[in-house]
Amino acid sequence: MTDANATILERAAETAARATPAPVAKRVRALSDRAVAWLFIAPTMVLLLAINIFPLIWAIQLSFTNYRANRPNEPVRNVGLQNYERILTDSDTWLAMQATAHFVFWTIVLQTLIGFSLAYLIDRKFRGHAFWTTVILVPMMLSPAVVGNFWRFLYEPQIGLFTYIVSFFSGIPPSDIAMLSSVKLAPWAIIIVDTWMWTPYVMLICLAGLRSIPDYIYEAAEVDRASPWRQFWSITLPMALPFIMLAVLFRGIENFKMFDMVNLLTGGGPGSTTEVASITLKREAFEKWRTGFSSAFAIILFVAVFGLANIYVKVLNKVKSR
Amino acid sequence: MTASTKRASWPRLLRRGPLENIATALIGIGFLMLFQPFALALYTWSFVTMLVGTAMFIVVSKFPE
Repeated sequence: MTDANATILERAAETAARATPAPVAKRVRALSDRAVAWLFIAPTMVLLLAINIFPLIWAIQLSFTNYRANRPNEPVRNVGLQNYERILTDSDTWLAMQATAHFVFWTIVLQTLIGFSLAYLIDRKFRGHAFWTTVILVPMMLSPAVVGNFWRFLYEPQIGLFTYIVSFFSGIPPSDIAMLSSVKLAPWAIIIVDTWMWTPYVMLICLAGLRSIPDYIYEAAEVDRASPWRQFWSITLPMALPFIMLAVLFRGIENFKMFDMVNLLTGGGPGSTTEVASITLKREAFEKWRTGFSSAFAIILFVAVFGLANIYVKVLNKVKSR
Repeated sequence: MTASTKRASWPRLLRRGPLENIATALIGIGFLMLFQPFALALYTWSFVTMLVGTAMFIVVSKFPE
């Protein structure tokens, strides 16, 4: 900074200080560093309380009532644990949970297997590996709305590219491959899209794990004449395991809440074969307008995600301590 | 009371590590009960199991190691 600039700044500061009323200036000078820090984070805290904590407490309160958002003038009755009891004994909700479990299980299995394999390949540092890493990461950077819409076109029975390729290799007529309207194929259609989109994310986490393994361990294994297969099972996999666990937990939490992709691709159909928990929640809240019931359902899902998040933090701390 | 004397007087049974593992196991079991397709009774009790596990995790994670 030049002397001229410094003088201008000093003059501006002096003018501002003169303009500040004496009691205010005295109060500001008396604030400790801690108080100033609180002053700065207070707006964010207030915003978080208003956007996150208040709706959560309100939803907990609503979950014990028969409140309907489309009938705000009706008297609200306290129904105790009735909403929770209904959800946890209802076979339709149970089916929605099973659909969620099917989706979460297969996406995690596929994403972990493919993601780790890709990370293992990229870690070999072959010619052009940086270019291929960027190419592989592209699906992850797209908006779910865009991905959902263009996969709808890819799955079109008459003009879809995916249908055409499957038909070309299997010999089945394209009109028979109704990925989004077939009861058997629709859940797999969503699993394929989610795997395509989020495998790069798992790959990135696994790659971080593989890169964290020191070279001298492999060198020692080479000296001991360990085969590549033995090195993989005794060094690579155990040392990358916390990272794989992290990826599995993170994808588990995310897929458990999956809404946008399912809503765009199938909307929960055909019938209720792809009606995952979040779609059931949306139907209860904004189609049947059972706000109290859907609040209770949301709280159950929240506890499940919160529980998983606790495990996630525990695994994360373990990874950090390595 | 200093941190070391507090740690020394803390009951051995209430150490963070094992209790945190129990809480994690409860959350995991509750999660599996919520998603399993075999028995409605397990599904019914899944929420309570998860809630107990989560509450326990929050409490015991404040315990000394």
